[in-house]
Amino acid sequence: MKTLVGFITAILLSFSLVGAAMATPVDTYEFKSVDNQKRALELAHSLRCPQCQNQNLIDSNSPVAQDLRLEVYQMVDAGKGDDEIIEFMTSRYGEFVLYKPRMEAKTYILWLGPIALLLVGLVIGFIFVRQQRISNAVEQEISAEEQAELDKLLKRDDK
Amino acid sequence: MKKRLVLFIPLILFLVMGVFLYKGLFLNPQQLDSALEGKPIPAFQLQKLEDANEIITNESIKGQVSLLNVWATWCPSCKYEHPYLMRLARQNILPIYGINYRDERAMAIRELSREGDPYTKNIFDHDGRLGLDLGVYGAPESYLVDHNGIIRFRYAGPIDMRVWKETLYPMIQELQAQAKAEGAS
Repeated sequence: MKTLVGFITAILLSFSLVGAAMATPVDTYEFKSVDNQKRALELAHSLRCPQCQNQNLIDSNSPVAQDLRLEVYQMVDAGKGDDEIIEFMTSRYGEFVLYKPRMEAKTYILWLGPIALLLVGLVIGFIFVRQQRISNAVEQEISAEEQAELDKLLKRDDK
Repeated sequence: MKKRLVLFIPLILFLVMGVFLYKGLFLNPQQLDSALEGKPIPAFQLQKLEDANEIITNESIKGQVSLLNVWATWCPSCKYEHPYLMRLARQNILPIYGINYRDERAMAIRELSREGDPYTKNIFDHDGRLGLDLGVYGAPESYLVDHNGIIRFRYAGPIDMRVWKETLYPMIQELQAQAKAEGAS
């Protein structure tokens, strides 16, 4: 029991450490205000590094990510809106940099695909269950021939 | 009979997905389409690498089909690509503009004098601003620009014989034919 408590504490502790590490990126950039900092960090979290593709701008330490991160910070401090900053990034690096793709014709399948699949699943499930019920409800009639065979089988077990 | 056909639906779905996933195996996720294809070269005013007094702008590149090559002395793949660029320069097919990306001027000049200079002109992009506007995410990258200064293709990675023969050269020939038809040099 004691080891279990220790184990859980260790896990919780490591999580809190991860949280702390995420909140303070390595750069020494001075934001004009705390609000700006919050908004800039959120934006940088939602943008993907073009070079090391499975990291966002905050996680990655590649030169490109550093540049882009700084660019985001400066644009936020210059009072630019989120849309403007995202437009700046996508016009240079493509839709690819958005972790959250835009809702538009070519991304409908991404956004709506899961819902469509869920609906299909529900419909199939519904039909399946209903058919089972119907087939259970109908009384099965068996012919005299089948009855005879059944009796024979049952009798065989008795022996 | 109809019920039998319904039973094949999962198999068909599986096959369709299989085809897509199989194709996906051979895609290179590093090879991104440039967001700038079809757009003009971003406006810039930068010094020439060898001469700080000479300013090169985006207007300087218009007029003929050309290749912009992003390179730096800190980039090993650029060194790998360099001999092939030298070969292309000797064949004199199109002007090759170098973009010396986030580099030190003296080191870049030394490198070119030692290894040879395949570039028609070298743009000194010290702070990487032009690179950022071009959407460069690593060197080397090469941009094929038509005679109107429109970026037509971006290749990320070192140019070698295969890329040149299979991709770049056919496109260049096509673009040069277009340029000729429209009366540019």
